[in-house]
Amino acid sequence: MGETLVLVLRSRRFMIGAILFLAVLCFGVIGPRVTDRNPFQMVGGLFNPPSEKAILGTDNLGRDVFTQLMYGTGTSLLIGFVAGVVATGIGVTIGAVAGFKGGFVDELLMGITNVLITIPAIVVLILLSIAIKSRSAVVMGVIIGITSWPWTARAVRAQTSSLKTREHVDLARISGYTTVELIVKEILPYMFSYIFMAFILQFSAGITNEATLSMLGLGPYQTVSLGVMLHWALLWEAVRTGAWWAFLPPVVFLAVASFSLMLINAGLDEVFNPRLRKS
Amino acid sequence: MAFFLAVSLNFFLPRLIPGNPVMVLVSQMATGGVQSDALARIYDNYMREFGLDQPIHIQFLRYFGNLFRGDLGTSFMLYPGKVSNLIREALPWTVALQVPTILVGWIIGNVLGAACAYKGGRFDAIAFTSALAVSNIPYYCLAIILLYALAVSNPIFPVGGGYSFGSYPELSLSFLLDALHHYTLPFLSLTVVAIGGQAIGMREMALYELTTDYVHYSKALGLSDRKVIRYVFRNAMLPQITGLAISFGTMMGGALVTETVFSYPGIGSLLFTAIRQTDYPLIQGCTLIITVAVLLANFLVDIAYGFIDPRIRAAQLGER
Repeated sequence: MGETLVLVLRSRRFMIGAILFLAVLCFGVIGPRVTDRNPFQMVGGLFNPPSEKAILGTDNLGRDVFTQLMYGTGTSLLIGFVAGVVATGIGVTIGAVAGFKGGFVDELLMGITNVLITIPAIVVLILLSIAIKSRSAVVMGVIIGITSWPWTARAVRAQTSSLKTREHVDLARISGYTTVELIVKEILPYMFSYIFMAFILQFSAGITNEATLSMLGLGPYQTVSLGVMLHWALLWEAVRTGAWWAFLPPVVFLAVASFSLMLINAGLDEVFNPRLRKS
Repeated sequence: MAFFLAVSLNFFLPRLIPGNPVMVLVSQMATGGVQSDALARIYDNYMREFGLDQPIHIQFLRYFGNLFRGDLGTSFMLYPGKVSNLIREALPWTVALQVPTILVGWIIGNVLGAACAYKGGRFDAIAFTSALAVSNIPYYCLAIILLYALAVSNPIFPVGGGYSFGSYPELSLSFLLDALHHYTLPFLSLTVVAIGGQAIGMREMALYELTTDYVHYSKALGLSDRKVIRYVFRNAMLPQITGLAISFGTMMGGALVTETVFSYPGIGSLLFTAIRQTDYPLIQGCTLIITVAVLLANFLVDIAYGFIDPRIRAAQLGER
């Protein structure tokens, strides 16, 4: 374990990613607690350029972009996190049960998974978002999570079915472990690195998916997220009128958030997969 | 099977929404001071028109029947415009944008990925990191930045739309040039992201192939680098084709939003307006056409796979 940690800390990709991500996280979590402004409070006119009163100018309704950016980053990260937890949770559960049980259960679960993979997730996301009237940030995270687990499930299943033939699992089985105990204690720990990486990917995809949905106008209600900010900017033609302060900051934060998670993932990949490590 | 499930979801989910869309439609008209019994008659008429007066299972069967006749219902927003006509107008734009971007992005991405893996060192570090960067910032982020940089600050390209105001679709050289001018930015922003994603996948595959025995053997035989890399490329290619199939779904979402950024007159922009106007038949029509497109693309890739992979080809011809 100590050796892995050294490798992780030595990976430049991981370190850069982690630092970037922590910076974004601090901005989105601590920012809203420190500021005395409300993201919906009007402080100026239509698309005021950056000034001393509003560091990043104002948006289409004269609200402070910088304050919105802090709240929006927090909301986007929350949605991404919830989506990541839900997707990884469902994926690991279904994958592990299917791989471990085999036979009919396996075929049934994988059949469902494969059917769901072929249906484009964005379609289900749009339809679900329309059907659910009151979408809070958490609800949105859950919606995104339950549409993006199939890939995790497939990969976890493949790993489980190879892990379950190992001797330590047989030993545990003879010792009278129940199925749940076997999966939790003897199988999952061996693919922890994989599960963690899957979570990072789902986290990043969750942030991106939130922005996609919000930009189409299906964002969380009565909250600001990075996607919602972009939706407003697009609707009010901020790009075409050259109001860069209204759309560039959310774009940059979205990009940095997903890119930093990707770097973390690539760094971890190098650590756990020695073949990718090139001297 | 997947198709049936998708269609059912497409039918039931929007119907879970509380509130009656016809009510909203009628109340929009009521602002003009129409008499209440006239309103009631309009309401009944609309309910019949949209088939909402029937029990749900009959609605469902009818939906399916209409689907096979290519009838997607009537739009609320542009009543009495047919959804299928609206989609027919938008679809060519989306297809013309998506198919070339996916193919070009896929080809360039694969070559770049293989080169990364083979060359290694500094070239790899720079190319891989930038591929990671562009493929993981969401599609529309790049789209917005490009739009701002190349159309607003430096007006080289038009700010949006599929063609100029005042001209309309026809088969003439000037219109084609105009359309191409509008096409450049959306095409560029989608392709760059696609290149990045494919390059990362290919690099990983090629790195794996480079450690295999046949590569060591060919190198030991003194084969030229070009030849070895060609072998590697062909072998690493197969999983990449599957990768292409699975990326359709995700690409679709990004491409839809990219269209709205450039107000490109395709399915994405249509969907955007439909959602804003809560036009359920139109939303259903759009989501349906997206599903069909992705399933169709998957199917085509499956067939192509059979031709490309010699093992599958042999099995199909009964040689094994």
